[in-house]
Amino acid sequence: MADIIVLEKMNKFYGTYHALKDVNLTIAKGEKVVVCGPSGSGKSTMIRCINRLEEHDGGRIVVGGQELTDDEKKIDLVRREVGMVFQSFNLFPHMTVLENLTLAPRLVRKMATAEAEAIAMKYLSRVRIPDQAHKYPSQLSGGQQQRVAIARALCMNPEVMLFDEPTSALDPEMISEVLDVMTDLAREGMTMVCVTHEMGFARSVADRIVFMDQGEIVEVSTPAEFFAAPKSERARTFLGQILAH
Amino acid sequence: MSFDLSLIATSLPKILQGLGLTLNLLAVSTLFGLILAVGILLMRLSHRSWLVWPAKAYIYFFRGTPLLVQLFVIYHGLPQFGFIRQSVLWPILREPYWCSVIALSLNTAAYVSEILRGGVLGVDKGFVEAGKALGLSKFQRTTRITAPLAVRLALPAYSNEIVSMLKSTALASTVTLMEMTGVARTIVADTFAPYEIFIAATIIYLVLVWIIQTGFTLIETYANRHVRKT
Repeated sequence: MADIIVLEKMNKFYGTYHALKDVNLTIAKGEKVVVCGPSGSGKSTMIRCINRLEEHDGGRIVVGGQELTDDEKKIDLVRREVGMVFQSFNLFPHMTVLENLTLAPRLVRKMATAEAEAIAMKYLSRVRIPDQAHKYPSQLSGGQQQRVAIARALCMNPEVMLFDEPTSALDPEMISEVLDVMTDLAREGMTMVCVTHEMGFARSVADRIVFMDQGEIVEVSTPAEFFAAPKSERARTFLGQILAH
Repeated sequence: MSFDLSLIATSLPKILQGLGLTLNLLAVSTLFGLILAVGILLMRLSHRSWLVWPAKAYIYFFRGTPLLVQLFVIYHGLPQFGFIRQSVLWPILREPYWCSVIALSLNTAAYVSEILRGGVLGVDKGFVEAGKALGLSKFQRTTRITAPLAVRLALPAYSNEIVSMLKSTALASTVTLMEMTGVARTIVADTFAPYEIFIAATIIYLVLVWIIQTGFTLIETYANRHVRKT
């Protein structure tokens, strides 16, 4: 399988704070990778480097064959092939759901409005909220907003989807509606990198689990290995903490 | 001391003869000021120090000195220099109208650029990141996301600035312009009844401010129609 994301000896500093230490990770097309670990372990920083919302300070990042450098043109090329879903949804509040979905296809893909709207409605149906197309984000529940955010990213027909704690800001009763959509997406073969604490989702969907702590990738395992017999002490401690209840 | 109500009534229509010039000064200066403010804002927000520093100096100077002094420097001060009187700008700089417009525009631009900067800084970084993640160019992010949201955040402070500008147009009367305050001062010189005449002027200013406030309330309501009403 072709590698779609390659991180090689990637380092990241915030001032003198060493946020990511020699991170090596290769993700193949079609793979679903769940990244977990304690807060402050660098999970979000790592996936935010993949579409250069954060700049790395050392090593290489290659996404879809393009190496990420200061070259703005290449960054834009990478970003349009990499969809991202944020913890806080980040829907554009001054645009309707439909406008949120059609903005990038129209401006970036130069698509005609009618075509962009048809595609938007297709994805709104996929995330099961076609009837909300003409509402503003503030009129939707958190779960609905996050599903719109997923649909917005899908409208660009990306090669990879990044999820940065997509359910952490949601009320408990809305988490499953978002995870269901993500599970559907995984079944359809989308390449996915998810930072999440939803271990049930990780167990059922992930091909590999990446466990991070203190800016390092501590272990990479299959869900079966990871949950049954984590290799590292740190992973055992982490699992003990989040699965205790 | 006598107080003559009828004098208020008779002076109102006379003062209203200055209304056109007052509104003209307000509209023209507000427009020029806004254009200038956007330019200063872009300089101020750029990451190049040779653009940032002139913008900061400009804002510091025009916010740091009285508008009346700025007007006097432009109207009384500049003509002292021979090269100004010989320059192509002289047909403009010898006109009290244009001196007033220049002073008002330069002054309000400093305030408005800071008002807009406040709006830009208030835009949630997450929306810009979402734009980046979708592959929008910097220009597209600025025009489609940052600017519309920043303008909405800046509207209340901007309406304050327009009200302030309306009152500042009265200073044009000190350089011979017959806007409302100028007319009022002339009537006072004729009638020796400052109380009644300036009360009449006050009434007109208050009505204008009410119109401006109401207008901005309508604009804000429309601009924030996406915000859930609870």
